[in-house]
Amino acid sequence: MSGRRRPSVRSYLVLAFPVGMLAIFFLTPFLMMVAASFYRRISGGFYEPGFELASYTRLFSGLFVERALFSIWVSLVAAAACVTLAFPFTYFLTQMRRRPHVVLLVLVMSALSLSEVIVGFSWSVVLGRAAGISNILVWLGLMGEAQPYQPGFIAVLLGLSYIAFPYCILTLYPQLSRLDREVSEAAQTLGASPWRTFRTVVIPIMRPTIMAAFLLVFVFTLGSYLIAAILGRPEHWTLSVFISDQASFNANVPFASAMAMVLTVLSLGLVGMVLLIESKTRRAE
Amino acid sequence: MSERREARGALRLQGLVKLFGEVTAVAGVDLELPPGKLISFLGPSGCGKTTLLRLIAGLEQPTEGRVFLDGRDITDLPPHARDVGMVFQTLALFPHLNVAGNVAYGLRIRGADRSAMNRRVEELLGLVDLPGLGSRRIMQLSGGQRQRVATARALALEPRLFLLDEPLSALDANLREQLQVELRLLQQKLGITTIMVTHDQREAMTMSDLVVVMRDGRIEQTGEALEVYRRPATAFVAKFMGSTNLLEGTAARGGRVMVRDRPFALDGQAPSEGERVLLSVRPEDAHLEAGVASDENSLPGTVVFVRDLGELFECYVDCGLEDHVVVAGSPRERVPVSQGDAVTVRFPPEACVVVRE
Repeated sequence: MSGRRRPSVRSYLVLAFPVGMLAIFFLTPFLMMVAASFYRRISGGFYEPGFELASYTRLFSGLFVERALFSIWVSLVAAAACVTLAFPFTYFLTQMRRRPHVVLLVLVMSALSLSEVIVGFSWSVVLGRAAGISNILVWLGLMGEAQPYQPGFIAVLLGLSYIAFPYCILTLYPQLSRLDREVSEAAQTLGASPWRTFRTVVIPIMRPTIMAAFLLVFVFTLGSYLIAAILGRPEHWTLSVFISDQASFNANVPFASAMAMVLTVLSLGLVGMVLLIESKTRRAE
Repeated sequence: MSERREARGALRLQGLVKLFGEVTAVAGVDLELPPGKLISFLGPSGCGKTTLLRLIAGLEQPTEGRVFLDGRDITDLPPHARDVGMVFQTLALFPHLNVAGNVAYGLRIRGADRSAMNRRVEELLGLVDLPGLGSRRIMQLSGGQRQRVATARALALEPRLFLLDEPLSALDANLREQLQVELRLLQQKLGITTIMVTHDQREAMTMSDLVVVMRDGRIEQTGEALEVYRRPATAFVAKFMGSTNLLEGTAARGGRVMVRDRPFALDGQAPSEGERVLLSVRPEDAHLEAGVASDENSLPGTVVFVRDLGELFECYVDCGLEDHVVVAGSPRERVPVSQGDAVTVRFPPEACVVVRE
């Protein structure tokens, strides 16, 4: 006499379509990539089935380590920049009156509708020599002649932060809007200035949420391809750009696959960490 | 801490007005409160009592008017510079700190040295009957314990004013009554000027020296709790502080008031002849008599309902007024009447209070 009816066979059929699609278009290519990472490369452009760890041992070569470290570095900086900007922004957003609050939120979220390509090329125009912001500075007489700010590290960082910013706010917003206003007020009646309240009460209470937002942006930008390709020089390429370069221009599919495996495992590990932190926060409530 | 401080925490409110957009929360409040007392702001929800408390704490800025604390104008001071301790309705404890961390928060901001701080925290936890619980997490505490932590935290800096915003509303009835007594004893021991917001007249009467009854952003009546109960100034106060019978009548000659053609003698002031008069009589001050009498200060009626709770009996009598007249008393002195009996309700002159509409 179990209270819950067991799902019938037919209800499983509903799941068949999405599961089938996932298997054909996601799982199969992924497994092919796993296999390809063990294949043997034939110099001259192709590879043949086999099992060797050559591609994985190549991972310890200077170039991969350099690209991987750069990717991690640029993602860390972007995540730090995003959270540093987004946290106070979201906090003040939740303190606002309802109307400007909603308008601003919608405005920020509308940035989500832009594709990475559009964002990348827009920034390349804004930071470029021909029609970029330096022209405005010249027009204002603050600068002698127009200068390009891209390609470059700062340009990549700006692009990545721009893309990740709305996601960062989306992660912070629910918890911050649920923060009891009286908790901040209690700190103030106990002698804390608004800044001190923010530092000793708001930030510590929000620490798990901040960590989750930081990791989310980090993982999100770690796999970023287009921004770095559009706004960076080869020395600013992220691991994704390097992988695609290896696969399509150097025609080294096994090596590209092995690198993609590392990136996948790294990202999954970090997503797992985010989930772990979030479930801990929820249990604490 | 144990020695009493004199003349600390005298509060004066001058013409306070607070508007939220179109809504008037506080509509002109003048009040002078003596130091060392417990004062309750009592009223229904939306009467402006919490806003008034927040104006005193500096959590809201008045649209008009000034706030003086011990003669000093503190209207423009932010909350952290006001020297007030407050217990919030949600208690607003810091979930990331343990009990000691919560209690010590204000001391830490003041820059107290560690050993003095620890001693003070232990002293405060002893004061609120939570000795040795400093290392507990807030999540591990019961509702009553959390309330005590919030109290200790608010008292840590020995503030001039102790503000309580419905401090016991989250607790169940038994615990609430117990903590009412404890909080009052603590306040008397410390002699700290305390202002409490409540909508519960029993709570106000249990704890307060003075009661300020509010309605629609204005003060309806101020006075000692029992005095306000016994001599309500308005029909609203009479109904909000306990229950009452309102008798409508017209002033006649000789200081009498005619209610349903029966003369009523009054104790004290006589309204001028021809005036419409509203009398408030508490159920426990009215008396029941079997049979129909026709003398002064009485109304004939029929018993509609009898409620005997063992500790108290209440009798609802239809005297032809808009509402049933309620007579209450001790069951031991109960006049043996039952539903449908013809009775007389007596309203002694000293129990009839003339109230404004």
